[in-house]
Order: sequence, then C-alpha cells, then structure tokens
Amino acid sequence: MIAVASFSRLVALTRKETRQMLRDRSNLVVGLVLPAVLILLFGYGLSFDVTDARVAVVLEDSSPVTLNAVAGLAGSDYLSPIWMHSMPEAEAMIRAGEADAILRVPSEFTRDLSHGSGTLQLILNGVDSNTAQSIEGYATGAITNALEHLADRGDARFGDAGGITLVQRTWFNEAGTSTWFLVPGLIVLVMTLIGAFLTSLLIAREWERGTLESLFVTPVRPLELVLSKLAPYLVIGAIDLVMCLLAAKFLFHVPMRGSLWIIVLSSMLYLLVSLAMGLWISGVTRNQFAASQMALLASFMPAMMLSGFVFDLRNVPLVVQVISQALPATHFMSLVKTLFMVGNYWPEIAKSVVILSLYGVLLIWATRRTLAKRLD
Amino acid sequence: MRDLTVRAEGLRQVFDDPDIGEVVAIDELSLEIQAGELTALVGPDGAGKTTLMRLLAGLLKPAAGSLTVLGTDVLKHPQAVQDRISYMPQRFGLYEDLSVQENLDLYADLHGVPPDQRKERFGRMLEMTDMARFTDRPAGKLSGGMKQKLGLACTLVRSPDLLLLDEPSVGVDPLSRRDLWAIVQQLVDDERLSVIISTSYMDEAERCARVFVMDKGRILADGTPAALTAKAAGLTFTATPPAGTPARELQARLIDHPSLVVDAVPEAGRVRFIRQPDADQAKCEALLGDIRTAPRAEELEDAFMMLLRQQQDEPPQSPASQAAESDADVPMPPRDEKPVIVVRDLVRKFGDFTAVASTSFDVGRGEIFGLLGPNGAGKTTTFRMLCGLLPATSGQLEVAGRNLRTARAQARAKIGYVAQKFALYGNLSVRQNLEFFGGAYGMRGRELAGRIKNAIAQFDLDPSAQSGLLPAGYKQRLAMATGLLHRPEILFLDEPTSGIDPLARRAFWRTITALSKEGVTIVITTHFMEEAEYCDRIAIQDAGEMLIIGTPAEVREKAAAGADGETVRTMNDAFIAVVEQNRARHDRQRAAA
Repeated sequence: MIAVASFSRLVALTRKETRQMLRDRSNLVVGLVLPAVLILLFGYGLSFDVTDARVAVVLEDSSPVTLNAVAGLAGSDYLSPIWMHSMPEAEAMIRAGEADAILRVPSEFTRDLSHGSGTLQLILNGVDSNTAQSIEGYATGAITNALEHLADRGDARFGDAGGITLVQRTWFNEAGTSTWFLVPGLIVLVMTLIGAFLTSLLIAREWERGTLESLFVTPVRPLELVLSKLAPYLVIGAIDLVMCLLAAKFLFHVPMRGSLWIIVLSSMLYLLVSLAMGLWISGVTRNQFAASQMALLASFMPAMMLSGFVFDLRNVPLVVQVISQALPATHFMSLVKTLFMVGNYWPEIAKSVVILSLYGVLLIWATRRTLAKRLD
Repeated sequence: MRDLTVRAEGLRQVFDDPDIGEVVAIDELSLEIQAGELTALVGPDGAGKTTLMRLLAGLLKPAAGSLTVLGTDVLKHPQAVQDRISYMPQRFGLYEDLSVQENLDLYADLHGVPPDQRKERFGRMLEMTDMARFTDRPAGKLSGGMKQKLGLACTLVRSPDLLLLDEPSVGVDPLSRRDLWAIVQQLVDDERLSVIISTSYMDEAERCARVFVMDKGRILADGTPAALTAKAAGLTFTATPPAGTPARELQARLIDHPSLVVDAVPEAGRVRFIRQPDADQAKCEALLGDIRTAPRAEELEDAFMMLLRQQQDEPPQSPASQAAESDADVPMPPRDEKPVIVVRDLVRKFGDFTAVASTSFDVGRGEIFGLLGPNGAGKTTTFRMLCGLLPATSGQLEVAGRNLRTARAQARAKIGYVAQKFALYGNLSVRQNLEFFGGAYGMRGRELAGRIKNAIAQFDLDPSAQSGLLPAGYKQRLAMATGLLHRPEILFLDEPTSGIDPLARRAFWRTITALSKEGVTIVITTHFMEEAEYCDRIAIQDAGEMLIIGTPAEVREKAAAGADGETVRTMNDAFIAVVEQNRARHDRQRAAA
C-alpha cells in the first residue's frame, strides 16, 4: 500500500518535471541541439588532419634527380609546395605564417645521393605541434614514394630509397606532443553537459520560486523528488548518447572494439552520476545563477580540462593528477577510451563501474539530504 | 485533550543572520488551539506569524520547547503531521509553466486523492474559485488574485484534518479577498474544518472564533473577537473637523499626541480616534478645542492598535511632524488652479489586449490622488505612463506642464517615483544610496550634501545603516527620501504600504499629509481601502476602464445609490459595490448583444 502510494507520487512528480522540461525551449536547445553542435564541431571543425599544408621548397640544387625527388610533394592531397630558391626568403615566409614547413634541398644533394647518403632538411612550424607532426609524416611519405618510383624505373642510382636521410627539426616547440581520442571523449563531455547545464537548475529554481515550501507539506518524500528530477533528463541523455554513437560509427569511423552494450550501460551510469552531481549542486546553492556557475566550474570545465580529454594526464603535476582522479569524468574517460580503442578489458571495466556506482549512490544520497523538508 | 489541534509549550525559534547576528523569531511561546474552529493569528510584520506557521507545518526545528499538532509531536514526526495537514504558504508555489488543471492534478496525486473523489472535489473547487473557464491556462498567466485562489484550491484538493493559511490575502484586492474567505467559510461550515489563518486585516480576524494577537514572537493577548474588542470599550470616538479642513489634517494633529491619543484615522470626512485610557481629561479638551466629538462603538481594530501601542518602547516620533520646520527654507510652490496632471483619452494596448481604455482625469497641485482597482485593473500601466516609463498608445498626457510625448526628460525631472518593490541598493548604506540617487538627478557638492542632511533629519534615518537590513517601514522612508531628494512637484507612490505594519503605515501617512501641505502633489495606489480616506480624490479602475472618480465621500454615496439593499459602510464596501455594479452592467450588455 505504501509502495503503491509512493509510486503514484513518483509518477505524478515525473510527469510534472517532464512537462516543465518540454515547455521550456531552452532546455531542448541545451539538451539536444548543443550536443549535436558539439559532435559536429569536435568531429569536423577541430580535426587535426592536415590538407593542403603549404611547404616552401628551397631548391639549392635543381638537377633533374632533385626535381624528380620533390615532385612527389605536388602530387600529395595533403601538401601544396611553393617553389623558391633562397633560404632567407623561405624563413621569412614561415615566420609570417605563410608556410607551414620548409623543405631544403642542399646544393650537394645530387652528389651525396649518388654516394648513397643524400640529405634533405625539413623545417617544421612547431607553433602547432600536431600539424607539424602530420606534415612530417606526409612529406617523408611523399618523397620516399617518389624515389621508390624512380628505382622501379631502373635508375640504378636510386636503387635504395634508404639512401636518403631526411633530417628534420621542429621550430618553436621542440617536444611537439599531443594525445588524442576525440570522439569517445566527446561522449563524456556531452553526458557532463546535461548535468551541468540542465539538472543544476532544477532544485534551485524550486527554492527561488517558493514551490518547495508548498510541496514539502504534502506526503511527498525527498527521495521521490530526487528520482523524479533525474528521470526525464536520463531520457534526454540517452538520446544524446545514441547521437554520439551513431556519429562515432558512421561519420567519424572510430573503431568500437568493446561491446556496444557495455559502452551504452556504462555511459548511462556516468550520465546518472553527472545528473546527480548537477542536482546536488542545485540543492546546496539554492540559487539558479550560483548553481549553474558552480556546475560549470566544478563539473563541465574539469571534465574538459582534467579528465584526459585534451591533456594527457600522465604529464601533469601530481596535484592536478590527484584532483583529476577525484573527478567521476576521469574514470569514465579512461573506461570509454579503453572500450573504443582496446576492447572489453574487464579489470578496467570493473574498476570504473564500481567507482562510478559509488559516486552515483553518494550523490543521490547527498541530494536527498538537501531536500530534507526543512526551511532552516 | 482530544479537541486540541495545537499545543505549544515554551516554543523558541532563533535565526542566525550573518549581518545582524541572532534574531529571536519566536520567544517562549505557549498556546492551545481548539479543533473544529477558525483561529486567527494577527500581528504586525515581523511578529513571528510566518515562523509559527512553518513550525506547525514541521518545516523548522525550534531551539527549545515542545509542539504537538493533531496529537503528534511534530518535531519528532514531521512527515506524520504533513500527511494530515494542508498548508498554504504566503507565496504559494504554483508551477507557473503548468496549467491550472495540471497544478490541481499534481497536488491531488501527491495527496493520494482517489480518482472517484477527485471529480467531485475539482468541480467544487473550480466552481468556488470561479476558474472552470481557465483550466487550460498556464498558472503564470493568471492575475495575482486568481493565483492566490488557485493556490487555495491546490491546498484544498482534499479535506485535511487541519488547514494552515499564512496571510492568504496579502496583496489581494478586496473582491478576491472576499472570494477567498467565502471558500474558507464554506469549508468550515460544511466539514467542521480546523483552520489557522494568519492575517493583518482585522475584519478577517473578526470572522474567527478565536484570535491570537502576536508581537515580537510572543502572544500579547488571545480570546474571542468580542472579548478582545471589549478592551477598547469607552475609549473610541469620532471627531468632525471644521468645515473646509480635510479630515487628514485633524487626524495628523491628533496622532501627533501619542500620550493622549492611541490612534487616529480619517473615515468618511471624519476622524476615528482612540483615547489613551489614562489620558488627562483637561489636556484632551485642550487638544480638541471646539471640535465636535461623539462616542462610537469599539472594534477589534481599536483593541489591536491599543495592544500594539502598549508594546512600543517609546512613543513614536512621527518623522514628518517636523517636516514643515526643517524644510522652511524651501520656497512654497504657489497653489494655483491649473492642474499639474492632465490626462485626456489615454489608451494603452499590448497587442490585442487593452490595458487602459480611454481614461481622462486631472490632478490639482497639492492634491492627494488615489488610484484604486482590483489586481490587473490597469493601475500599474496608468501609473507607468504618468511617470513616463511607458509610452501611451494614444491620448494626451501632460505632467507638470510638460507634454510627456515630446518632453519626457523635462517632465521626469519634476517628478519623484517610489516603486512598489524596494528598488535601492541593499548593500549600500543609507547615505550612499542618497548620494547615488542625488547624483543621478544631477545634484552635487554642497547642494547635494545639504539636501541629504535635510532628508536624513526629515525622515529620521541612520545614515550609516546598511539599507538592505532596515525594517520594512524604514526602507519605505528611505525610498521616499530618495524620491524627494530633487524636490519634485509630483510624487508617485506605487503600493507603498504593502507589507508594512499598521504603526508604520500611520507614520507613512503622516509624512504624506505633511508633504501635501507643502504643495507636493501625491499620486498613490493602494490595496488598503481605508487608506483611500486620506486622499482628496480617488479613482477606481477595473479592466482598464475608469469607473468612478471623486472625493471619498462622493464615491461612497454613488456606490450606496447603485447598491440595492447591500450596506455600504466602509470604503471597502464601496469599492466592491462599484466594481461589481460595473461588471454586472457589462454582463447584461453582453447578454443583450
């Protein structure tokens, strides 16, 4: 009897939350449109793939052999060579940002090549280390290809493409490192976003409008309030998750080596944690503005910066590592990357699921306490 | 024992305020409330009425004492009590984006009202609140009075064992107020409901079986309305001012002598006053002179005012009584016959909706002009157009000799505006607020310093106090001081007395009377109909239409002439009669068409 009454109250409250959610357009914009924009933005707009990178080719030696060797650059989709004759001119271009790299063919190249030790100099603009690395790969590939073609045509001098050593040096950022799993990380970001921007307003709004005072003096129980606020947003999150997975598979062709069901279930678990986090912040602050600022700073920004989404956590100072380990986002980030790239690695799955479940229970319990039917 | 709904002993509630420190809201309070009857809690603002209500509803944990509601210890088992009571907080939390029906459904579901009872109950609630037509409308689109009625309907989706109503009629116009009471009264009659209602209206307290008068967290007195009223027996009189003198000037004279007069208010061209029980007979005669007085029957309001005055630590130094002296250096604006506000065929539309329809009136210099009307009548819209805050759709509007269409800025420099809500900076001191607003009006240096000094003296303000922490009555004074800093010819006051206790309201009107004597024109809106008696002329609006305009006496006469059979005694009766006569006429026209 008690359980039935509780259930019908839960249904009534959930219906109310759903209606409120659907009647406020901005909820749907943030909940559905923003994730779609993020997927496209991160998937396409922020791609580190390089096309038509401008390479200044300085020909200090313009023998036919040299021309053949560098001709491969012109045939590449990724590179577009700019031919020139003096090094200072090329340096000026790279400084001005008009070229992304310089390929220097020294005057003694043809002679050295015939001795089996031809050397080319590749100078990369390291301001953007990711682009620099890509160009390095493309340039090396293009030149090696061209020389192999020459060798195939029977020119004995190029019998061994290994005869060329490409000596490269990166300017402006000598280390040039970056780690990278954009699309799986995006799932973490989108799941975090709903908690940070939507559920963080829910309890605070009821405090501000005085609706809780009326609601408290009814048979309603705090836990019913919490669960009814989670339910409609779990549905929004599930829709977003489907969008992310479809985009990952069909738009960006990210490998999905782990099982789809585990990806879905663990994502829903993290979604629950993220929503509960937003609700808890909302219940503690009791003010919509403060709640949304707090949620942004305490969940969304760290999920972006400190969860391993952009920066590799192995390289950050100890303090930041400790903070990042405290974030639920970090644990889900490593889980989702493993699931996509590596596969069903059970120890990792078990560990992350246990941690996330603890967070979920803890946050729902804490949120329930903020709704303890007391006004003081 | 079985018939007791509430029993409190040594109840004490303390709040920690980070700025003021410890605030005692309920102080060693003990009371017993009987079941099956209407009980009123009355008291000025800050008396602890709301805190007591919240304690009864199990929403607060007291620092000390015991509290039993419906035989259950509410401190130990709040949920058990909450399952059985219904509570309507001062601001009932309607979900504004949900429709009327959806709000009702939600509360019915939460209270577990079975579907078969629901239909009958909803039908009855919608009929009583006259909202059957609006079930699909979002709650946020209802007028203030309608929202309050819907709040009551949501509270009453089932018959509780105890109904708690916290100031259900604050900010509600007389018509909606009457409707609310009709609903409550019917439930008490039909279902023997136990109701505890807090209110600041004495006519409401008079309807209750038992009244508790609260002040500063304690019970000052309790008993039946008749027993309480008897406290003022033999002390109540009516004084008639000499012909040609406004009643408010006599009222001001009487209320300036707190040792002789407990309270004085104008009514129907005369002044009702209460003599101090121990007042010296000779001094009283000297004060009244040859003014005719007659004894009148005592009322609950009289007893209430006596109780409150006894609680005041010191006799109130009415801030404006010295106003005339401190501002003696101000040249008095000449009293001429030309009106300072001329309104002709004023219309304001919002899309298809006509908020103000073809309104015309004049206001003379030094006049106190009252604008009355139910919630949503168009008062605020008219007001905003007069202040130049909202352009008119059509019509002529002249304020202080300037056309508001062409010379809005010049007109604004001549007017002062005091908004309904406290619109000053709460975290600035009184002086800083005055300096800022003075600067905004283009005053500076010595001139500004002088005027601030005058304003602080005139309104008896503490310049270093933080504005946001002032009591409501003082906030009101500061707002007035700010609005008057640039010596406007016309002062606009939008519901200045909402949420202020009766004593502060007396002091407020004393200031208004003094300002009017100086030649400042006052335009004011209010929900307290008895305050209309201070005005020279009043206008009543409803649904954007100007229904009647004239002196309070004229309005009362006309209302009485149109009301068949119903007695029109007070301004409140007159207001209800005027609005209803007009609505009935509209209904007849619609039926004929």
